[in-house]
Amino acid sequence: MKLRHTTTSGDDKIELQMTPMIDIVFQLLVFFIMTFKIVSQEGDFNIKMPLAAPAAGQPDELQVETMRVRMEADGTGKLARMTLNDRVLPFLVGEDGRVQMKPLQDEIIALLGTDRGPDSIQENSEVELDCDFGLNYVHVIEAITAVSGYIGDDDTVIKLVEKIKFAPPRPIAGG
Amino acid sequence: MKIKKGSTSGILEGDLTPMIDMTFQLIAFFMVLINFTQSEQNEKVKLPSSVLAKPAKAPIAFPITLHLTEDATVIIGLQEISIGALGPFLVRERNVLQVQGKTTDDATIVVRAHKFSSTGRVQELIKKCQENNFEKFALRAKEDVGN
Repeated sequence: MKLRHTTTSGDDKIELQMTPMIDIVFQLLVFFIMTFKIVSQEGDFNIKMPLAAPAAGQPDELQVETMRVRMEADGTGKLARMTLNDRVLPFLVGEDGRVQMKPLQDEIIALLGTDRGPDSIQENSEVELDCDFGLNYVHVIEAITAVSGYIGDDDTVIKLVEKIKFAPPRPIAGG
Repeated sequence: MKIKKGSTSGILEGDLTPMIDMTFQLIAFFMVLINFTQSEQNEKVKLPSSVLAKPAKAPIAFPITLHLTEDATVIIGLQEISIGALGPFLVRERNVLQVQGKTTDDATIVVRAHKFSSTGRVQELIKKCQENNFEKFALRAKEDVGN
C-alpha cells in the first residue's frame, strides 16, 4: 500500500491500488461467463419393477385393477394406435410431433372416479404399459405423464395413478 | 464523470466505483446460477419432456445413472458400452453397495434415455438391471415449461 501526500491541507489520504483487484475480478467474471450453461430442470417418474412377478394364487390384496395401455408403433417409431383395456383411444399429433394424450387421461380420470385418499381406487390402481419394441420412448413418457396426473388450476399437480409398470418386452417387429 | 485535480501532473482519474459495483453484481449473479452437476448429463442424450417432471425435493440416496443413446448404447460413467455388456458394471455397483453395507434395494437406477430411442431397448436395459437384483427405477424427463 502506497501512501501519498496529495493535499496541502495536512490530511493524509490513503489511495488503494485498484488495478490488481480489477484484474482478478475480470478474470473471475470471464471464468463464470465461459462456464455458464443454462440447464433445464429434470424430474423423475419412479417405477418399481421386481424381476419376479407375484406368485399365482397370492394376489396383491389391495390391488383393485390393472389398467392396460397398449401402444403400437408404425415403421418409424411413431405412435400408430393406442388402446386402454382394449378400447381404442384417439390421440392428436401436434405440429412438433408430440402426441396429446388427453383422451387417455380423461378415460383414466373416469375409471378412477372421485374417490381419493387411503385405500381408494386411485391409490390402489396400477397402469401396465404394453408397448411395441420400436415405439419411440418419448411416447412412453407422454403416456406416463397422462396417467400420472395433470397440472391443476392453481399450478399444483393432481395425482392420478402412481403405480406404473411395463409389460414384458415385445419382440422386434419383423425380427 | 467527475474529474479531480489530485496532483499537479495533470493526470485525469476516472471514477471506478460504478464499474466495480456492476462487475461484482455480475459475478454474484453467475456464482449463484452456476451449475456444477453436469456430470449426470450427457450431450448425446436428449430427454423427452413432461409437464410433471419436477425436480425431486430430496436427492436420491444411491443413484446409478445410465444414459441410453439413440443408437442403443449405454453410457455409464465415462464408458460407452452395449446393453449386453452392462452386466459387469452392475456387478461392480452391487459390490460397492455391499461394501457400504447396503443392498440393491437401496439403490435407484436412473434411466436417462434419448427421446427417440426405442422403448424395447429401454425395457432391455431395465431387464438387465433386474437380472442384477435392481428393482427401483427412475425414468428421467426434462421439465416442460412450454405450456
